[in-house]
Amino acid sequence: MNEDVVIKTDKLTKRFGNFIATNEISFEVYAGEIFGFLGANGAGKTTAIKMLCGLLAPSSGQATIAGYDIYRQTEKIKQNIGYMSQKFSLYEDLTVMENIRFFGGIYGLKARELREKSIELVETLGLESESNKLVGSIPLGWKQKLAFSVAIIHQPKIVFLDEPTGGVDPITRRQFWDMIYRAADRGITIFVTTHYMDEAEYCNRISIMVDGSIRALDTPYKLKQQFAAQSMDEVFFELARGGKKAE
Amino acid sequence: MKQFKAFVQKEFLHVFRDPKTLLMLFGVPVMLILLFGFALTNELKNSKIVICDFAHDEASRDITERLSAGGIFIVGQTISDYTKIEETFKAGNIKLAILFPAGLYDNLMHQHKAQVRIIADASDPNSAATLTGYATNIIMEYQRDLLKEAEMPMQIIPEIRMLYNPELKGATNFVPGVMALVLMLICVLMTSVSIVREKELGTMDILLASPVNPFLVIISKAIPYLFLSIINLIAILLLSTTLLDMPIRGSILLLLGESILLIITALSLGLLISNVVQSQQAAMLTSMMGMLVPTMLFTGFLFPIENMPVALQVISNIVPAKWYYTIVKAIMIKGLGIAAIWKETMVLAGMTILLLLISFKKFKRRLE
Repeated sequence: MNEDVVIKTDKLTKRFGNFIATNEISFEVYAGEIFGFLGANGAGKTTAIKMLCGLLAPSSGQATIAGYDIYRQTEKIKQNIGYMSQKFSLYEDLTVMENIRFFGGIYGLKARELREKSIELVETLGLESESNKLVGSIPLGWKQKLAFSVAIIHQPKIVFLDEPTGGVDPITRRQFWDMIYRAADRGITIFVTTHYMDEAEYCNRISIMVDGSIRALDTPYKLKQQFAAQSMDEVFFELARGGKKAE
Repeated sequence: MKQFKAFVQKEFLHVFRDPKTLLMLFGVPVMLILLFGFALTNELKNSKIVICDFAHDEASRDITERLSAGGIFIVGQTISDYTKIEETFKAGNIKLAILFPAGLYDNLMHQHKAQVRIIADASDPNSAATLTGYATNIIMEYQRDLLKEAEMPMQIIPEIRMLYNPELKGATNFVPGVMALVLMLICVLMTSVSIVREKELGTMDILLASPVNPFLVIISKAIPYLFLSIINLIAILLLSTTLLDMPIRGSILLLLGESILLIITALSLGLLISNVVQSQQAAMLTSMMGMLVPTMLFTGFLFPIENMPVALQVISNIVPAKWYYTIVKAIMIKGLGIAAIWKETMVLAGMTILLLLISFKKFKRRLE
């Protein structure tokens, strides 16, 4: 694995009034790795991801994404990342093809490149017969896969996935992770949040957030050793319980 | 530029994929024009009156004939019992009662003085005032014609000319009003709703995380509505000139230019609303209450602003449609050029710039 750091944060903090959503989080993500960003609902994952994507300005702390500063170079950052939000992120009243063309268009793909890409993408997903159907009419699993493909259509350095497999059946989730692996093989760094602990096992390294802070960060294997746990589930419960006690 | 094209295409697709929006876009203006044109007219035609004639002489007959000849009054009943007048009013649809006392013509000829009583149903004060005015005019006319025969040494004959709208048609008043209303409605409502929808669906996050300039997102949202509003405007103008005989005496180009200015004002208002509210319903309500109602009340096409209390007159100045209404009337009806309306144009342009500044500032803050 390449040891280049593509995401580096130092005491990154976001406050909303008196509420601290993310509290001095510091971590590094290496190029080409699949980094799992775990935490219970409300632990501050989405806030952190939004800061890293340049959607939210941090209250304090430092961070660089693909070598660009999170405060001053958000435009550069945006050119180098892909983002798939927690909410469904395609237009339901546009067809599969129109969605691909639109997102390809806003990432500045050239007309020929876009045409080739969209045909290739539809083929890989097996959506040839659906390509002229409205996205609203295709099953959720397909939508999520399509949304992921669209998020990496411009070959970003890093892609941020905010709970990409929420509400999707296990088989589709498996297929989705196959896609994530293929993207990682092509050199795209994956930053993914989830609260499915089996998915955590698929990641190269994971961090676990509790109440806005990162409580653990390592490979799934080492974390299990550290907490003397059989599965990631146990590790997570151990940490999450600690969070509730602290309150 | 490629990004811009992709965006505008997408926005048009949204509009055309949504039949309800399309129906509203093009149905509402046509409906309003037809409604105001044919149903909701404030012209007083064919008002029923009752004549109570005790005179039965030359004068009362002549005046009655003149009253029923103009097309304004229809003599519904002739009665000769004074006490029945109130009954006929209560029975409804009688607007005026005209009472000729006995010996009307004799008094007029010999005492040079005679009285005619006009009783009006003033539950609608405006039409009561207008109708008594019409009736008085007709009686005065009769008197003048009489005087021609028996020449008087001195007299003043007021000659009244109704400029720009000699037939006193209501269309000249409400067509500009409907134009203002429709442009405000479509632009404010549609832009605010379509931007808030992206926020609600979460696609706004994706757009903001992409390298697209946020202002491009906003501007490309406005383009389809600008385009559709111009089509709408042309439809309104065609309908009102052909069906309602509305004149366009001034320059059509100037009219279009001023309309585009109002459209931009409305679009920036929609943008501002979309920055403040979080849901599509809220956007719709704010646009309706915040725009539609003031536009109806304070533009002057339903209620004359000059008759309002000073406080309301002052408030009416912040309604963009009011200025547009003045401009459109000047161009369409009076045929005036830019020299006559540059002040109103400046006010409108100033408002637009201010609104754009505020909403761009607000929008930037949203990103942080």
